[in-house]
Amino acid sequence: MRKGMSGRLSRTFFIYGLKIITLLLGVSIVSFLLVSASPVNPVQQYLLKIGPVSPQQQEEIEEYWGMDKPLMERYLTWLGELLQGNLGESALYRRPVKDVIGERFSGSLTLMVSAWICSGGMGISLGCIMGIYQDKWPDKLLKKLCYLLSCVPTFWLGLIFLLIFSVILGWFPIGFSSPIGILRQEVTLWQRLHHLVLPAFTLSLMSFSPIALHTRQKLIEVMNSEYVLFARARGEGKWMLLLRHGLRNILLPALTLQFASIAELFGGSVLTENIFSYPGLGSAVSAAGLNSDVPLLLGITLFSTLFVCIGNMIANLLYEVVNPQIGSYTGEVSR
Amino acid sequence: MEAKKKTLLEIHNLSVAFWMYNGILTQDQLQVISDLQLTVYPGEIVAVAGSSGSGKSLLASAILGLLPGNAVVRGHLYYRGKELDSVQQTRLRGKEIAWIPQSLTYLDPLMKVGKQADGHRKPYPTQKRRALFQRLNLPKETENLYPFQLSGGMARRVLVSTAMLTDAQLVIADEPTPGMSLEQALEALKLFREMADQGRAVILITHDIDLALAFADKIAVFYAGTTVEIASASEFRMGPAALRHPYSKALWQALPQNGFQPIEGFQPYAGALPKGCLFAPRCSQATKECKEQKPAIRSVRGGEVRCFYAT
Amino acid sequence: MKGINQRTKAVAFALCMMGMLIAVYTFGLLISEEAMMSGFQNAHQPPSWKYPFGTDALGRNLLLRTIKGLSVSITVGIVASLISALIAALVGMATAVGSKRVDAVVGWWIDLVMGVPHTVFILLISFALGRGVKGLLVGIAATHWCSLARLIRGEVLQLRCQQYVAVSRRLGKSGGWILIHHLFPHLIPQFFVGLVLMFPHVILHEASISFLGYGLPPEQPSIGIILSESIRYLSAGMWWMAVLPGLVLVGIVWGLERLADYLHRILDPYSVQE
Repeated sequence: MRKGMSGRLSRTFFIYGLKIITLLLGVSIVSFLLVSASPVNPVQQYLLKIGPVSPQQQEEIEEYWGMDKPLMERYLTWLGELLQGNLGESALYRRPVKDVIGERFSGSLTLMVSAWICSGGMGISLGCIMGIYQDKWPDKLLKKLCYLLSCVPTFWLGLIFLLIFSVILGWFPIGFSSPIGILRQEVTLWQRLHHLVLPAFTLSLMSFSPIALHTRQKLIEVMNSEYVLFARARGEGKWMLLLRHGLRNILLPALTLQFASIAELFGGSVLTENIFSYPGLGSAVSAAGLNSDVPLLLGITLFSTLFVCIGNMIANLLYEVVNPQIGSYTGEVSR
Repeated sequence: MEAKKKTLLEIHNLSVAFWMYNGILTQDQLQVISDLQLTVYPGEIVAVAGSSGSGKSLLASAILGLLPGNAVVRGHLYYRGKELDSVQQTRLRGKEIAWIPQSLTYLDPLMKVGKQADGHRKPYPTQKRRALFQRLNLPKETENLYPFQLSGGMARRVLVSTAMLTDAQLVIADEPTPGMSLEQALEALKLFREMADQGRAVILITHDIDLALAFADKIAVFYAGTTVEIASASEFRMGPAALRHPYSKALWQALPQNGFQPIEGFQPYAGALPKGCLFAPRCSQATKECKEQKPAIRSVRGGEVRCFYAT
Repeated sequence: MKGINQRTKAVAFALCMMGMLIAVYTFGLLISEEAMMSGFQNAHQPPSWKYPFGTDALGRNLLLRTIKGLSVSITVGIVASLISALIAALVGMATAVGSKRVDAVVGWWIDLVMGVPHTVFILLISFALGRGVKGLLVGIAATHWCSLARLIRGEVLQLRCQQYVAVSRRLGKSGGWILIHHLFPHLIPQFFVGLVLMFPHVILHEASISFLGYGLPPEQPSIGIILSESIRYLSAGMWWMAVLPGLVLVGIVWGLERLADYLHRILDPYSVQE
């Protein structure tokens, strides 16, 4: 039985891997076409930003973009460079795109992971409360809150938090992932956390209401199931039911949903990072677009696609690993 | 008062109805159990027999207080002579009164069977449960399986074991034997017999009258949500002459060894119960009185029957 | 009785919401640039009777600016959700009626659109089209059709299995006839509900993209732009620039969500019965 499961898993892994590759290829074509269609000339833009360069350097850049060649050939050259790990040079940061993404990603990852955990934890626990008190006042109140939150734009919420907690109360700094004027190495963990709290909280508030409402729905389903009826008949009380049967049957779908919502999380991080001037991929991508930094824009688009696809793949794999029911149909023992 | 003390469970005029939305505007009451009477003494196995749709499965939920919110319950329940209200029901559930539900879907799909049978009360009765599994012919590795990996018969034996692990004085078993082999079913029923012999009581809800006859002391015949007759098992074995109600007689005649003669007609739908005796539309001896008035339950020859003409 | 009441209430509320939207929209159109200006001497005024929302750094009346911004947002919202819903309807029907290969291609395409975070995709499209309204409209329309397309596809597939459709086909009715007589009556309510449900999302996205500096040009009074300007004055304590226009936006989106909900109940009463 175990063997069948691992076989199935590696099959899913393989199929999903192939799909990710085709999707990435598709995204690379679409985004390259879009960038080529834009009125911006990447070479000129680069030269404009970076100032006078040696003729040799200029030649290198022109070769990278293959400006005078047909579109198809240009794409292939670019793709070839991409596959060799050369994502080009960012004019905005005057460094290779690869390095910029690597550095910025660690910031974004910290932000997204903390928001992800926070929204997951909040969403599941509030969802459980709503489900347990179905149609009583805690449920009604929290449901209203969830619906209201889905109408509030993330960036406005961020602004309000900034106003209340940073400007008025002065509890948190106004921006950046660490105090300004201190070397990277000298930033303490505490300072980092201090700068992380507000953006992470904002981001998690954005994504917690779908998970809370989903958990509520699922818990109500579980509580109305026959196996909970039987458990009640055996004397289990409300909270025991939640611990023994509720969580067991809720966590997996909730976690799957949480992994599948990484695209929205990333989208939200673009806004959050901009409001809090948090140096991550999100603030880099909007700056890249505004400053016509084509290679950085392309690089982050591809990278975020990869990130989202991996999240979706984890959601799928997780579903197969943890849910025994999908695991095997051959394991049935009948006697 | 004296008699009440000796009984384990008494059910007086129990009626259960459900509010149902009929379209958007009107609500209808669906009468699923009407004026049910049943008395269970310690040391007894009472078989509740009747065709499907006669409301017998709801009996367990009514006794345990687990009916859904749209149910309306009337009548009285007494446990050991004390009124069984919702506070008592909550207190006694799983301790004094155990229920054996009828299908696999009553097991948590994501919890291993062994852990599930042990229940939530500590200390977990793991040793006792292993012995019980063995006695019920469940292989050793069963405890590590998930419910979906069980066959129907295995699931029923696991469900039976959950009740056996408690010290419940009253066990309500809802169709515990289908899917089991004959030996397994006999073993399970032997367990019930042993429990009863220790002074506990079992309500055995079943449509398998043969099997019930072999182990039960008393048989309550269910029809359209009510008890039409309560007779001893020996009377049932003797045949129609010893039985009191036309439906019990018909039920006996429908048994394979007695000629397999089915009765004509259908059990009435819970939303459209006849005004008089519930069995009148199918009864060959029905009179005008039967069609207009509900017969009350009365004692005849030591048993109980709900018929104007029973002797 | 209860059912009728609910329905009447839904209709009344929907009409109220629509009336309010139309009022805001037309009022916004009528406000001219000059009306908003109150002169530099009035810059940075906190809310008062004269300027309920205060004034901004250029001394513009923020209340009028917010209303004007909302009417721009509503226009963008209507156009983008209409385009998006039309794409969804066409794609959804094509996948359901077309061959397996069409279905697979569209499925892959949907995965692709869903695979790139929406905000990033809209930024990219907006960049390609040289920012501004065109980029914003195309970007939002290109990213919002997926879930409605899936819904419509499911609906068509389900309808196709219905007995009466099979009977019509047996009777020799053409595909077009079946489409008009059997599919449309079910699909049109779905389409409208999907359209209205999309509307608040589109407005939120429009505001966020404008906030990032991509969507509408800075001289346009969009809520996103007002809010992105406000961020500079936040640390100086000028709270009204951020709080009040944002609250109005939340109010409008909330109202639209309610409207969608009520329309859903009116057009498709069976699916929302609890």
